[in-house]
Order: sequence, then C-alpha cells, then structure tokens
Amino acid sequence: MPPVEGHEGDSGEPSYAAVFARALLDPDLATPAAVAGPKSKAGGKRYNVYRNNVTVSLINALAAVFPATQRITGGDFFRAMARFYVRATPPTSPLLFEYGRDFPDFIEQYEYAQSVPWLADVARIELAWLDAYHAADIQPLMPQALASIPPDQLADTVLKPHPAARMIRSRFPAVTIFTANRSDSPASHVEVVEPEDALLTRPALEVEVRRLPPGGAIFLTRLIAGESLGAAASEALSNTSSFDLAASISGMLEAGAFTTALYRESQ
Amino acid sequence: MKRLAMRSAAQASAVFRFPAHSIAGRAGTSLKHEHLQAILADEKRDRFFEVHAENYMGAGGPPHAALNRIRHDYPVSLHGVCMSIGGPQPLDKTHLGRFKALVDRSEPALVSEHLAWSTHGTTYFNDLLPLPYTAETLARVADHIDQVQEALGRQLLLENPSTYLIFPESTMGETLFIAELVRRTGCGLLLDINNVFVSATNHGFAALIYLAVFPLEHVSEIHLAGHTEQADDEGELLLIDSHDRPVADAAWKLFDTVISQYGPIPTLVEWDSDLPDWPLLNAEADAAQAIIDRHAQGFMPGKAHAAR
Repeated sequence: MPPVEGHEGDSGEPSYAAVFARALLDPDLATPAAVAGPKSKAGGKRYNVYRNNVTVSLINALAAVFPATQRITGGDFFRAMARFYVRATPPTSPLLFEYGRDFPDFIEQYEYAQSVPWLADVARIELAWLDAYHAADIQPLMPQALASIPPDQLADTVLKPHPAARMIRSRFPAVTIFTANRSDSPASHVEVVEPEDALLTRPALEVEVRRLPPGGAIFLTRLIAGESLGAAASEALSNTSSFDLAASISGMLEAGAFTTALYRESQ
Repeated sequence: MKRLAMRSAAQASAVFRFPAHSIAGRAGTSLKHEHLQAILADEKRDRFFEVHAENYMGAGGPPHAALNRIRHDYPVSLHGVCMSIGGPQPLDKTHLGRFKALVDRSEPALVSEHLAWSTHGTTYFNDLLPLPYTAETLARVADHIDQVQEALGRQLLLENPSTYLIFPESTMGETLFIAELVRRTGCGLLLDINNVFVSATNHGFAALIYLAVFPLEHVSEIHLAGHTEQADDEGELLLIDSHDRPVADAAWKLFDTVISQYGPIPTLVEWDSDLPDWPLLNAEADAAQAIIDRHAQGFMPGKAHAAR
C-alpha cells in the first residue's frame, strides 16, 4: 500500500476522503466505519463496488496501453500482474496516458515473468508508442531536406528530434515480437534471436515502428543529445564497423524523426 | 451577474474556430474512436457528441484530430471526469488550466463535471467517489465550482452521482445539497437519470420523488445509460452504474416524464465499455430523440428554462 496522504479537515480529524481512500486499494483492510448502507444495512459489499471499480478500471487502463504485452502473457496472467502493480503504484495524475511509466520496470522484476525476459522491452515499446500517439503535431523534416545543405556543412549540422520520436534499445528481438503481437491477426512464430532497437515516430496521424540498422541507435542517441551529424557518425562508426551512415540518415528522415536541420559552425 | 458579464466579454473577444451548431433538442452519444468512421459516413448530422475531457489533454495526435473533425460538424459536450470537485483538498490548478485550454480549443456547447471526488493526496483513483452532504462539504464544493466557473469564464453543469453507500454524518439530502449549490454558484445541472434510478434502488427511495424535489428547471443536459445488477450484503438488489448495455426501461420511463414536463433538453446516451457497433448505439440515441421530438410538439419554448 502506497502512502496516501492523510488530508485533514479543520478539526484535525482525517477527512471523509482520507477515511474512504485508505482501504480502496487494500482488500485486507476493513470497510471504513464512516460509511454504511441505507436503513442500517451493511456497507461491505457496497464499499467493494468502489474497490472493484478502482482496481478493475486501472487494470483495464493498463490493458489498453499494453495490448501486445497482454497478448504475450495471456489475459489472466496480465491482469494478475497488473493488479499487483495497480495496488503498489496507483496513478498520481488524472491523465491515464501518463500512468504506467514504470510498469515495464515492474515487469522486469516480476517474479512470474522471469521466463519471458523480453516482455519488459515489448512494454517499453508500447509506452513509447503511446507517447508518440499523443505527441504534438509538428511537420517533420522532409527526407530531401539534407540535400539542400552544402556538403561541407553537413558534418556540422545538428538535427532537432521530432516530439513523437522515441527510441527503445533491446537485447532481444523486441520489435519483431511487438509487431507480431500488436495486431489482431494470428501471431506468427518469431524466429529472430538478434537484439533489436526500435525507432517510433508519428510523421502524420499514424504511429510508425521500425528497426534501427546496426549502429543506428548510437547514432540517433548522439543526435538527440544535440551532437552534430559528423560527431554522431564517427561515434557510431567507432562502435559498430558495419554502420551505414547514408542508410541510417535516410531511414530516420523517412520515418520523420526530426523537425529541423541547423548548421552549427564547429569551434 | 459577475459570471454572466465575464462570459459575454469572453465571447465578444473570441475568434471562433468552429461553426456554432445549436445543441438544443438534440440527442447524442459518447464519442468513441471505434465509431468515428461510421459517424463521419452519416450525412444526417443531427446528433451531438460528448467527450471525456481528459482523453484530449495530450499535446496532439489522433485524439485532437478526431475532436476537431467531429466538432466541425456537430455540437460537442465536454465532460470532465476527474476534477475532484467533491473532494476536501484544493483543486489541482494544473488540471484546471488544462481543462480551460481544452474548452478554449474545442468551443463546446456544454461543459460538465461530477459531484464526486477521485483524487486524494497525490493518488488518482479513477472512480467517482462519494461525499457526505453537510454544511461544511456544501461550502467547499460551492467554492470549487466557483473556482472552475471563474477559470473557464462560463457556466459548469454539475452531474448528480450514482452511489452505493451513504455517510451517516450527512445532514441533508442530495437534492437539497444540489439545489443549494445551484443557488450559491449559478451552476447548471446535468441530470443523469440512470444515476437517479441506480441510487434510488440502492438506497431504497423512489426515483420519482427524487425528481420531484430535484431543481429540474436548472437542468441543461440529461444522461441516460445502462446498469448491471448485483446483490448487497443482505442479498438485495444493488445496481451498478456500468455504462455497458442499453438503457433500462425504467430509465426510459423516467426520461419520458422529465421531458414531458420540461421540454427538449439535450440528451446523451452514455456507453463506455463493451461497446456496441455504431448502429446499435445510434438507435439508442434515436429512441431518445423520438421522445424529445414527441414532447417538443406543442411544448411552448421557454416555458421551463429560458437559457435553453
């Protein structure tokens, strides 16, 4: 049970909300004495309606955000896992698309999910998908935009990330697993075993999910950190010898990962 | 008077993005994105749509696009579900600011919230939780409504709750509490007829008596919805406000009674889980529209409430 702040009224007594809230997420606590049924009827099952509404609606909210995660685990497993999470970590914002930020970390530690080590990364991609979905509507940098920059200035060009752009790195084939489980069509058997890095973007109204090529994640991480194309490329190359600069840039522009390109004279 | 002056000043200076679209006498439904394509394909354009405000408080994306598209062709009602107006702690000013920005952006015909609370301390419970009806809670809820109306620069409609429990410490009935809030704040009301029926069953009073003492002349919107049946500790019927099925016959009868007396009030059929295909939900709205239209014939405009 998380600490629920005991807001007190002028009298110094706990408020009706403090009293009512205390047992909402803890089925082992007694029904609050301040409430009852009408005409001296008992309050137990009546109070349980609220308990059930709170827990089930929050589990449903997580199920709506993490459909591929749920499809991998099955509904009963997912709801049992989500119930633990909801009771330990109820929302702190009324905006439910901000809820579940640390659900992937919870999954990673969850005892019964240890046999599915890629599950947390699939959940991370689903959170990134939600962020991309709700991100601000900004026209991304066109794929041909870099062509208008003089070649001698390209290395010192800085790209500003699009608000919907998200990157998730995984030690597992998380993008392939995510994609296979995110749709309604029958999940195909996943043969891939290599690590995969995901790039999520929303160039218009549809969220797009791609695999980054080898070295692409390091390159993009450096660009997002504000480093120039030249610096990011040399970092990616020194880390991954098969890094293909031209293919990486064109893939990211195609995805709509950036909004602007700025020439920044090197020091 | 202060609030009315503010409202007209705001309207005079505003640059409107959308057509005005009168909501008077219309039946509507909850807007669900699953139904969007079917709604856009319907050329009659005679409905209104209600959205849960919080779902449109992201920075952009498909929710904003859908609301813009619908708002262009239809009147929209903006329904807040988590302002926690009925709670003892101060309102969340960040949330109020977001709410105001959404009202400004979407130009809704109606704006409503609940007589309930959902946040305590820093925890958001995602449910509409009950409050005792006392002089102390009345004063605080009235302050909260004043604060919301001043922030928005327009009238808020307050919805009567469905409840499963009572607080023995309450010193007044729900209808008196609500009537007093209207008197003190100038807010309007959203009468949820299913909530009346659910609470009446759960607490053993007659829904018609509740309606007889409810300040119906201040109602600017009606909600209808379906409920499910459970049992309380004594094994007696306990109704759950579940919004997952068609409106019950008893609620239709109460609705007919209210409309026959108070005229063509905009009426919404809520459906929030186990969503049906659009034709079934639309048929529920058709049924509400038929009752509104039947009583509108021969109903003198302005008889009940000049603001409609």
